[in-house]
Amino acid sequence: MNAINIAAETVPHGEEAASGGLPQMDVSTFAGQLFWLALTFGILFVMMKNYIIPRLGGIIEERGDRIADDLDQAAEFKQQAEEAQIAYEDALSSARAKAQSIAADQRNAIDQQIASMQTSMETELGEKISDAEKRITDMKENAQEKVREAAVDTTKAIVEALIEEDTTTDAVNTALNSVIAR
Amino acid sequence: MTISLSDLIPTLMSLILSKLSAFSAAPIMVMAADPMEQFEIVRLAPFPNVFGFDLSFTNSSLWMTISVTAALIFFTLSTRGRALIPGRAQSVAEIIYEFIANMVRDAIGPEGMKFFPYVFTLFIFVLMNNLFGLFPTIPGAPHGLHTFTATSHIIVTLALAFLTIAIVIIYGFYKNGFGFLKLFVPSGVPAWLLPLIVLIEFISFLSRPLSLGIRLFANMFAGHIILKVFAGFVVSLLGGGFMLKLLALVPMLGIVAVMMLEILVAFLQAYVFAILTCMYLNDAEHADAH
Repeated sequence: MNAINIAAETVPHGEEAASGGLPQMDVSTFAGQLFWLALTFGILFVMMKNYIIPRLGGIIEERGDRIADDLDQAAEFKQQAEEAQIAYEDALSSARAKAQSIAADQRNAIDQQIASMQTSMETELGEKISDAEKRITDMKENAQEKVREAAVDTTKAIVEALIEEDTTTDAVNTALNSVIAR
Repeated sequence: MTISLSDLIPTLMSLILSKLSAFSAAPIMVMAADPMEQFEIVRLAPFPNVFGFDLSFTNSSLWMTISVTAALIFFTLSTRGRALIPGRAQSVAEIIYEFIANMVRDAIGPEGMKFFPYVFTLFIFVLMNNLFGLFPTIPGAPHGLHTFTATSHIIVTLALAFLTIAIVIIYGFYKNGFGFLKLFVPSGVPAWLLPLIVLIEFISFLSRPLSLGIRLFANMFAGHIILKVFAGFVVSLLGGGFMLKLLALVPMLGIVAVMMLEILVAFLQAYVFAILTCMYLNDAEHADAH
């Protein structure tokens, strides 16, 4: 306590330090205040200028750079995504076109097959029909000839029976032809 | 070396003796509730005089040292992590940095950033001294160890103001040569009015350091006097009867209100000092654009 009191002596000692006067106007303290102001302010300035301001400025700048980098990267990713989207759409449309062409090809092939099957079927049927018709005509002609023969024979027999005279086959034919022509 | 030491020893001896005699002769501790007492400069560690100047470590030196040390510790610790995503302390440090940087950029422009370390130091120094002076003294603290506001002494504030003006003048002439004198000749003034305008501009320039220094000093000084006067009322009223003790609440609430105001003033005056410094530096940087 004593030591503190000894040390703690007010600077304005002596006649000029009238009690009640402003301590701010005591010129004897000015040199000391200016000296310590210069010292403390100078230290603060040097430390601020050389250490703290570069460090703080560096932190803020680094953050700005980082944000700019991130934005750049985001833009790059966005571009990549857009490219991927375009590629996907291209692939999709080409796949769709391919699918359509495959479908069209298939359809054409099937149509051709159907058409060829139809034509072969038709020709086969046509052949069968014409065969059958031929057979029918043959049979018809055959039948007519048999009818004629039968008519000639019958006529001959009738004539023999009626007038008892032999008739030539030619005469019978002529007579039949004239009858048929009538 | 030996000569200076042999000179020192008698000086030290006489100093110690004078202290002892002063202690025994008169009571040093003045217990009166004098509102001026808080501004007294108290020698804490006496130094021998240098060229007849007393450069002793005083309470003013102590509080300037505390302010500067606290500022350096705060800025060092808060930026220690160099975090990309700042914590609370680093955010505060960055906000102060950006605040002053924007102030300098707005007032002077990007080329004014060379003054940034000075303006930043000035702002921090004034702010820390203003704020530390607002801490209440621990009751029963020995004489001389009460909280002290270095910026409540006009010599300190005037010294800072003159430092600013000195930088303005030196840099102004360095940058613009005699073109710096265009500062006193505003453009677009009729010729017959020019002598009067130049005179007014010159006087206003001379008054800058005074207004800059006195503004800060007066704000700190007045605020602390008001606080002390209110505190004196509280003490006096508490010495009275019950009703008077109750009445002591009124100045007590006054202290709370003034304290809040003073915290604002502490920030505001540091801000004003810094921004006016920027304005004046802008005159030096752009003397021709005046």
